[in-house]
Amino acid sequence: MPINEYSDGEDMSIDAAPATNSLAGVASAHANARQPGNAPLGSGLEARGIHAWFGKHLALENVSLDFASGTVTALIGPSGCGKSTFIRTLNRMHEFIPSAAMAGEVLLDGQDIYSKGMDVTKIRLQIGMVFQKPNPFPSMTIGENVLSGLKLAQLKVENKDELMQECLERAGLWAEVKDRLGAHAGGLSGGQQQRLCIARALAVKPKVLLMDEPCSALDPGSTLRIEDTIGQLAQTMTIIIVTHNMQQAARVSDYTAFFLSDGGPGNMIEVGPTNEIFSRPRDQRTENYVSGRFG
Amino acid sequence: MSATISQRPVPPAAREITTKPRTSDRIFRGVVTGFGMASLAILTLIGLFLALRGFQTFKHEGLHFLTGVKWESVTSDSGKVTTDFGVGAMLIGTVLIACVALVVGVPLSVLSALYLSFYVPERLKKLLVSVVDLMAAFPSILYGLWGFFILMPMVEYWAKLLYKYLRWIPIFDAPQPFFERSPFVAGIVLAIMIIPIVTSVSREIFAQTPLDRVQAAYALGATRWAMIKTVVLPFGSSGIVGGAMLGLGRAFGETVAVFSVLNIVFKVNFHILYGTGGNIASMIILKWGEATGDETKALLAAGFILFVLTLLVNMLANFIVRRTLKSGK
Repeated sequence: MPINEYSDGEDMSIDAAPATNSLAGVASAHANARQPGNAPLGSGLEARGIHAWFGKHLALENVSLDFASGTVTALIGPSGCGKSTFIRTLNRMHEFIPSAAMAGEVLLDGQDIYSKGMDVTKIRLQIGMVFQKPNPFPSMTIGENVLSGLKLAQLKVENKDELMQECLERAGLWAEVKDRLGAHAGGLSGGQQQRLCIARALAVKPKVLLMDEPCSALDPGSTLRIEDTIGQLAQTMTIIIVTHNMQQAARVSDYTAFFLSDGGPGNMIEVGPTNEIFSRPRDQRTENYVSGRFG
Repeated sequence: MSATISQRPVPPAAREITTKPRTSDRIFRGVVTGFGMASLAILTLIGLFLALRGFQTFKHEGLHFLTGVKWESVTSDSGKVTTDFGVGAMLIGTVLIACVALVVGVPLSVLSALYLSFYVPERLKKLLVSVVDLMAAFPSILYGLWGFFILMPMVEYWAKLLYKYLRWIPIFDAPQPFFERSPFVAGIVLAIMIIPIVTSVSREIFAQTPLDRVQAAYALGATRWAMIKTVVLPFGSSGIVGGAMLGLGRAFGETVAVFSVLNIVFKVNFHILYGTGGNIASMIILKWGEATGDETKALLAAGFILFVLTLLVNMLANFIVRRTLKSGK
């Protein structure tokens, strides 16, 4: 169903909620154990009964997941299982594709980001995104790239240089670029460009950061640096990361959700604390996947 | 002494790598080479033809041919013919009219290309794109007639407004309040004629904007306009310049449309609102029918000037496009 007629779809998500809530509840319970309250910028995100279509094709069926503030959740699963589609519904990048439609709710601080009258640009300011391929703006300098979000969203900031340095430091890039902030971003290596994209996403101070396979185009060394960065960032925000790399999921995340498609639409099979998903998953399919028997 | 150095094995000389193409490949290569070179050959031959035929005029008039503003051939009572040919006024008119066309036409084209690329409803898009393409193929005499009967009265009114309020800017001033058939009208007709080609080229380049940059902008909370300003326009700037230069080429060379709306007078006129002017192409068509002897040669020489002007503009365009490509992408 088209996104702008979304409100009619509410019934669907309520019907569907009980079936998956037990799984989502696990994440919430363990989130409390990790005491996420010390996350000043962090905020919880809840997805309820998410369905996603491309044209008539149902790509994702009834996914409900809670993301407690200050936690890192990894979304794993084989290609085509809908995990990228799912993450794109969380900041309304899904509707960017012309024929795309969705049903369900995504609650940020308890408010549905798809409700009528929501300003989609404000939502994307609060829920930032880092993409698979590093995509800095090539016509801008490194410094301009970091601050580009402010320009794009027409935000005013008191001390730009301070913010630039802070974001680059948090993204783990400051030491490498501090002497060439005026150089064009195209001259950086792939890993540096990706950290620049992270810095750029941080500059608008999002509460949630979505990362769609942020390391899949990078070499192992750069991957490690980005994983470090994720660990640092998780202290102050909620992070959701899609990854094909199970070791990465195990290294960086507190919670892991396993997605799978049996040829039809993608489903979420299981979610839980990362060490449990990898050591004693409850579903046989999850075990097959994390033990490397398929995928 | 050399023995110690020569212990390293000397690398062999590089081999010559060749391949023998099949006959069919060679034939095809010959055919496409021939057609590819044909355009270059034709262009060169036209240039040579104009230069050779106009040579006498250049020799006779000298630099005066470029700066002179008269176009006269007087036969005295004794039968002696004195000529005074200069394209100065027409050269200025050519550039002036083309500039009006660009200033009016390019912003409109870019806006319409942005609409067609990012705002138009999918169902309307095909229709509008084909209409714009059709506009490019429309015969120029029809623009000229339409400009004369419909556009001119309206433009005359705009000209009066501009004259009334912006007279203090020299180009909007006029020696007399005579606004019919001015370079301004001709420029606006030309603007409408170049809109399709500039729109088309801009739209093509906007469509190639890398999707990941577009997504990056949206994901940072950009509005559509902010995204266009930050991503699409910097990426497409060279394409816009290229399109504008193609438009400029057409504006320089346009004959019929200008001929039908402009009051062609051999006089230097920088006042775009004032009904006096001309461009080289329309001058040639005006004088061609009655020209004989020296005047014919002079007209061909004027054609050569137009040829060179167009070449220069295209070279400049290439230079700009290449430089913007290098600095940005």
